[in-house]
Amino acid sequence: MTYTDRFKLVSLAFLGAILLSGCGGGIPNADEAAEQGILLIGNGAEPESIDPHLFTGHPDATIIASLTEGLIAYHEFDDSLPEPGIAESWESHDNAQRWIFHLRDAQWSNGAPVVADDFVYSFKRVLSKALASEFASMLYLMKNARAYHTGEIDDFSQVGVKAVDDKTLEFNLEGPSPHFLSVLTHPTWYPVHQDTIESFGGIDNRISQWTRPGNYVGTGPFVLEEWVTNQIIKVRKNPLYWDADNVALEGIYFFPISDLHTENRSFENGQLHLTKELPSDLIDKYKGEPTYRNDPAIIVYYYMINTTRPPLDDVRVRQALSLALDRRSITDDVVRRGETPATGYTPPGFTNYDPPTPLRYDPDKARELLAEAGFPNGEGFPLKQILFNNHSGHQAIAEAIQQMWKETLNIDVELFNQEWKVYLDTRNRMDYDIARAGWVGDFMDPDTFLQIWITEENDSLNDTGWSNPEYDSLLRKGYQANSIEERYRNFEIAEGIMLEELPCIPIYWYRRPFLIDPRLKGWNPKQLDAHHFKFLRFEN
Amino acid sequence: MLSFILNRLLQAIPTVWAIITITFFLVMTAPGDPFSAEREMREETRQQLAAHYGLDKPLLVQYGLYLKNLATFDLGLSFKQEGRRINDIIVESFPVSLELGLLAMTVALLVGVPAGILAASRKNTVLDYAPMSTAMVGICMPTFVIGPILGLVFGVWLGWFNVAGWFSWEDRVLPAVTLGLAYAAYIARLTRAGMLETLGLDYIRTAKAKGLPEKTIVFKHALRGGIMPVVSYLGPAMAGMISGSFVVETVFQVPGLGRHFIDGALNRDYFMILGTTIFYATLIVGANLLVDLVHTALDPKLRKA
Repeated sequence: MTYTDRFKLVSLAFLGAILLSGCGGGIPNADEAAEQGILLIGNGAEPESIDPHLFTGHPDATIIASLTEGLIAYHEFDDSLPEPGIAESWESHDNAQRWIFHLRDAQWSNGAPVVADDFVYSFKRVLSKALASEFASMLYLMKNARAYHTGEIDDFSQVGVKAVDDKTLEFNLEGPSPHFLSVLTHPTWYPVHQDTIESFGGIDNRISQWTRPGNYVGTGPFVLEEWVTNQIIKVRKNPLYWDADNVALEGIYFFPISDLHTENRSFENGQLHLTKELPSDLIDKYKGEPTYRNDPAIIVYYYMINTTRPPLDDVRVRQALSLALDRRSITDDVVRRGETPATGYTPPGFTNYDPPTPLRYDPDKARELLAEAGFPNGEGFPLKQILFNNHSGHQAIAEAIQQMWKETLNIDVELFNQEWKVYLDTRNRMDYDIARAGWVGDFMDPDTFLQIWITEENDSLNDTGWSNPEYDSLLRKGYQANSIEERYRNFEIAEGIMLEELPCIPIYWYRRPFLIDPRLKGWNPKQLDAHHFKFLRFEN
Repeated sequence: MLSFILNRLLQAIPTVWAIITITFFLVMTAPGDPFSAEREMREETRQQLAAHYGLDKPLLVQYGLYLKNLATFDLGLSFKQEGRRINDIIVESFPVSLELGLLAMTVALLVGVPAGILAASRKNTVLDYAPMSTAMVGICMPTFVIGPILGLVFGVWLGWFNVAGWFSWEDRVLPAVTLGLAYAAYIARLTRAGMLETLGLDYIRTAKAKGLPEKTIVFKHALRGGIMPVVSYLGPAMAGMISGSFVVETVFQVPGLGRHFIDGALNRDYFMILGTTIFYATLIVGANLLVDLVHTALDPKLRKA
């Protein structure tokens, strides 16, 4: 054997080894998977955490929804309706301030019974300071939860939740909470298994390995089977789930494909049944196809205004800026994803909530208000900046708005873009004039949109410098209201004030364009895009 | 020889230390917060998180702690992937990047070298212009253009390959070809230039005068000298393929280290940025050291220096 031959042989063996090393993990294509009852789903991004108490974003929540179920589960059609989960039934007393939940005979995926104490332990975990759960404040609805979380009290038994017996859980809330059931669908309220958490480092261990395959114990219709970072998360049917007989799928494969066009090619190539999001430039191509869906979402796109900087501190200027926007043209000519031009702030979709919708396009009124504020025909208006994070979509919208303000009000604004984290920093320090922003609703109550505009001591999330005592008191009155109707009436007036004052200029309400395999049934339009996987099935 | 190795090792250590130090302070002082998001976190939660990851301590203390952990090869925890150690993430994803890099290198050499030889031996003919202009296009076309096109043609239209994922050996083909083609183009040009220079040398004229067949002249005599520029290029090319495959990894959903490297920076996942940078730096410094050693072993003139 000559040197060259040997070299060839070694190279061949080497190549072969590389190729073989990848074999064995074949993934069924969409047809085979549908046949086997396995759902292939594009999930947008690698989850940050699938611990229900540490989750941060939608990709996390989607996976958690397959693994764990709370007292109240996601409804099949409407996110504002309660679907019995671990709780079989419930009753409320004292104007919805005291709630009692009756647990069904459910099991953890390791066979242990689900008991009321599991929930008490879980809430204690969320409120443990050292766990630093991002959504811990959602639990402040319970009496003394805030005090426990901030360390004012050390005795968890003073917090308004207790296990009356194994199957009965009682809540004492800070105030009447007629919306409590919809809040309970949020993963922060889901239970975790006490012995599992304790055996992986204890109640407040953030870096616990209990969420790894083989360790995860949940109450949901599926159990965690495999997790390869940036590649796949596999879950398979949980035979111990209380409603396992009604679970049609055998398993779900979540693919964390972050590039929308890669996801689209995967769908076209028969590697997915469901995509996370259709890229804007492909919407026209798919419109009218049986695979195309464009569901409404409760997400608002808006421009926040730094109300501490003149002349933006003048409400007439802010109103003029808003009235000068032709929102229809922004949604139809610029964004072109089927969005609804915003006529108010809170997106439609909250049953019985009917806030004022004063936003409109009125160039004459806009010019008049600007003149009143001391800038007739825009004269003397100082140069202001629109801040946005690097993204071609935000850029296009900002350019359109820049032009509208120039044409209607004869004022100049500059566009200023920053990398995402720098932009957040700038916004947070209020070192901007006007900044783009978006807000996604977390639960089916308008409070999920209104609460960011309330002024709490030392803690304002709105970063616009805006604070209105009347708004705050109306919202607080709403929190203490005895009925949903009364709660919403207060919220509606409060939102009206905010839309009059315009610390932010709402631009449009999102929609959610995506592609779906027509054989997949049960993935219904949901306001929160929260789906219970037990309702999904394949039909030919 | 031993003193030379020791000498070079002692030089490598301050290099890596400098990279660690500069990266550490750049990362820590860069604007932006690892915990910021569209939804602003409550200040008390933010402080708890900062305390959890030790970010509440003075910068110099953090630096000291980081070096101390590094001494035990502990690269710390990721902020973004809850509960995961950077060490584990590198161990999991680097083999993927390495495999992709090696396959791409194979593609690059198998395509680039023959194209360059062909072009050089048929100088100023169609067989020269065609591969060279193709190579020019290849150099100019970024992988984020070639990748999707290959995905559409060989995945969606012809149905030969998956367009995303890293499960079976077929899934290796498109990413490796995409990454390899960009380098193949450059290798072809290098090969052509090297071959042309060698083919003009006296000993080749002698070989021709002796009446040797062209095949023997090109492959046996000219190629040895002509390939040298390519050989020198292989080191940086390999480093580039392994560390710079971010785009290909994104386009084809390949779970390699390149994505952690870039995502770490975008997310201000401090220990992820530091860990991946230090890992790549050590890798490249180590590879250079190795190349130097080989050079020295081959060239006695260097040994004395």
